[in-house]
Amino acid sequence: MSTRHSAVPAPLLALDNISLSFKGVTAVAGISFSVAPGEICALIGPNGAGKSSLLNVINGVYQAQEGRIHFAGQVQRRMRPHDAAQRGIARTFQNIALFKGMTVLDNVLTGRNLKRRSSWLEQALRVGRVAAEDDLQREAAERVIAFLQIQPWRDAIVGTLPYGLQKRVELARALAAEPTLLLLDEPMAGMNAEEKAQMSRFIVDINREFGTTVVLIEHDIGVVMGISHHVVVLDYGRKIGDGPPDQVRQNPDVIAAYLGTRH
Amino acid sequence: MDFFFEVLIGGLLAGVMYALVAIGFVLIYKASGVFNFAQGAMVLFSALTFVSLLERGLPFWLAFVLTLAAMVLLALAVERVVLRPLVNRSPITLFMATLGLSYMIEGFAQALWGAQVHGLELGISDEPLAVGGMLLSSFDLFAAATAALLVLVLSLLFSKTRIGLSLRAVADDPVAALAVGIRLQRIWAVVWAVAGFVGLVAGLLWGARLGVQFSLSLIVLKALPVLIIGGFTSISGAIVGGLIIGASEKLAEVYLGPFVGGGIENWFPYVLALLFLLVRPAGLFGERAIERV
Amino acid sequence: MLYNEAGQFSTRYAQDRRVFRLRQDRHALLALLLFAFVAVPYLGNDYWFSAILIPFLVLSLAGLGLNLLTGYAGQLSLGSAAFMAVGAFATYNFELRVPGLPLLLSLALGGVCAALTALLFGLPSLRIKGFYLLVSTLAAQFFVQWALTKFSWFSNDSASGVISAPPLQLMGVDFSSPAGRYLFTLGVVVVLFWLGKNLVRSELGRNWMAVRDMDTAAAVIGIPLLKTKLLAFAISGFFLGIAGALWAFTYLGTVEPHGFDLNRSFQVLFIIIIGGLGSLLGNFLGAAFIVLFPILLSNLAGLLPAGLIDAGQVENLQKMVFGALIILFLIKEPEGLARLWQRFRERARRWPLRY
Repeated sequence: MSTRHSAVPAPLLALDNISLSFKGVTAVAGISFSVAPGEICALIGPNGAGKSSLLNVINGVYQAQEGRIHFAGQVQRRMRPHDAAQRGIARTFQNIALFKGMTVLDNVLTGRNLKRRSSWLEQALRVGRVAAEDDLQREAAERVIAFLQIQPWRDAIVGTLPYGLQKRVELARALAAEPTLLLLDEPMAGMNAEEKAQMSRFIVDINREFGTTVVLIEHDIGVVMGISHHVVVLDYGRKIGDGPPDQVRQNPDVIAAYLGTRH
Repeated sequence: MDFFFEVLIGGLLAGVMYALVAIGFVLIYKASGVFNFAQGAMVLFSALTFVSLLERGLPFWLAFVLTLAAMVLLALAVERVVLRPLVNRSPITLFMATLGLSYMIEGFAQALWGAQVHGLELGISDEPLAVGGMLLSSFDLFAAATAALLVLVLSLLFSKTRIGLSLRAVADDPVAALAVGIRLQRIWAVVWAVAGFVGLVAGLLWGARLGVQFSLSLIVLKALPVLIIGGFTSISGAIVGGLIIGASEKLAEVYLGPFVGGGIENWFPYVLALLFLLVRPAGLFGERAIERV
Repeated sequence: MLYNEAGQFSTRYAQDRRVFRLRQDRHALLALLLFAFVAVPYLGNDYWFSAILIPFLVLSLAGLGLNLLTGYAGQLSLGSAAFMAVGAFATYNFELRVPGLPLLLSLALGGVCAALTALLFGLPSLRIKGFYLLVSTLAAQFFVQWALTKFSWFSNDSASGVISAPPLQLMGVDFSSPAGRYLFTLGVVVVLFWLGKNLVRSELGRNWMAVRDMDTAAAVIGIPLLKTKLLAFAISGFFLGIAGALWAFTYLGTVEPHGFDLNRSFQVLFIIIIGGLGSLLGNFLGAAFIVLFPILLSNLAGLLPAGLIDAGQVENLQKMVFGALIILFLIKEPEGLARLWQRFRERARRWPLRY
């Protein structure tokens, strides 16, 4: 695993000295790290360490006050959510952010909205390429639905589904966009061991089959060490560890942060 | 220049009246997150009840107490029948429910007391007073004094009493307030009752000015821009917003109106509020929330 | 079983996409359209056309217009009547000032004018949400009414801004009779509902619902918020504008700006609350309710001994019942009559089995 990490020259994503604060309260302070193409990178750290804030900076939900974001060969001062999506960044949220009044299928189809070529007027009048395009979109959505094994709930209204399934639907929506970078914010929060194992398998499968680069936040250290190639540890908005899982596990700062002994 | 000041002060005093209606809004919004469109209907209902009781020969104080009792009953009914079943529903749903509520109250008020215009005499003369070379209406000054008194009473209520403390707790964080044992339902009933009281005061002042009639319920439409400018959660904001709207609409009507044919008072506050929103979305005194995801 | 759905499988995505996936439903729709277009003109009388069917159809269309904006895209509006007014007065002026313009074209252009107006007042929707947006739509409501009354050019200098409908002629055929006006309205409404159906089931429709349900997530998956919201305003305005023009031309014949006041906006809002937010069928059900209920109520009052209850009291009673129903629906059935109908239909599909 570590050989793969060091063998890749240009990172897909690199954060360069990112700082973010809300009304004077610092959430993230001068954090830099990079993610190689094709790897699974885990962000870990105690609650309030700034993990979610960092994901929000990467795909433009929050704008960092300082720092730069390198993504796929371009350097940007800040991302906008729409640009991030267009450049192939998809994500899921800690507190599920699905469209609760829509069906599973419609939720997955919204994930493909950027793949649509026909205009709304063509679709309203149903002329030309619209029907063929509808079929293609549906086919792609069905592939994702089959991949994540949510076919039985295809026509169910998302708000009525149990939590674990909603998490999977949200992953399906993100995956439907065919992203190059997938940001997952606690994809296994609140799941039992069996569900966690299933979700871990999905994440690894996505990474292997589609070559999607994954950045995920997770609290379960067992899962993190098991599936990720690269671990970044945050504490109080600062980076205290960065490297392959085995190396991070040995890091005294990380151990201290996790065992709660400040030094 | 004197003319300018006369218009300005006339507008400011009218603004006091807008502020009175807006304060009722703010109370309810702060405590329950409900944007209460029925505030105007409550003003109409209270004024109509009061004036009808007065016309049936009741003394002023008894009519006032009975109307206040009616407003408390209304508050209890609203809490029980509308708010409680709709708890945890979206703000838009609650807003639409108050729209339905305003229809119910308006229909009920007019079914009970009739639709004719009633004159209301509070015993305050409306003769012009010369102050520093300008002519001011003594009634308007009385209204302003009443509003000031009302605000004083309300702020004492909120800062000095137990119920006021609970109310601020609920406004700050309903879940936390619930967790420390504050009963939300009681708070809601209390704020709606207090908003009913504020509505009664506003209804009496407006009613004395314009006559007690259906159009009283339409002042709710004036209160909306006031709230936008002042912020939904601040009583001082409601007052400042009221003054700004009152003054600017009168000035606009006098100085801008002639160029476009007049009658712009109806929409000018809205355009002003809209411009304001683009610059300061949370209003003058409101807090802008950080969106968490 | 009322419905025999055995053996009706979708073998292609196109079949699965249909609004009415069941053969029985498609046949029922066809039968309903045939009935409305062929049988009703023969069976109905002038009272039914002028006092019930035409306002029902026009209000259904207005409901659809607001439903696209509020029910689907989640943007609350109290300015529906303003956009209806723009549609009515613009169509009137196109007919008046451009000789030889076909009626349907001026109707469509009237809709476009309303769409542009709605677009303008929808611009603040990117920065402001929820109640704050009410300010923008109420500004539209008051400003449009003021402008139409103040500038007599809009009403061709008639007194107090009243406009009268031009003769309803389409390709030389006269539609001025009550039955003709009914057919004309029905035709326009059917075509626009077809468009509406396509829209809500298209990418744009899904984007609207996404913005309604969670706009932050919508932005993150690449839905352009401003474009999506502005299209909701514009398309909603287009439908409302045409509804307004029909209201003026096929229902009332003459109309003044005052006919499109705030109460009309409330009426349209009530249609979609009672009928069902985010439902196409709900617009028809809500409009039917709002047209029929007052008639029913005044007929009931007429049954009582004369003088017991006067017209004013009937109106007050009507207001109270409407208000109570709004609250009742919001509490018990937020998805309105359409949801009740859907439940009934699901029961019918299983009947006589209970589960």
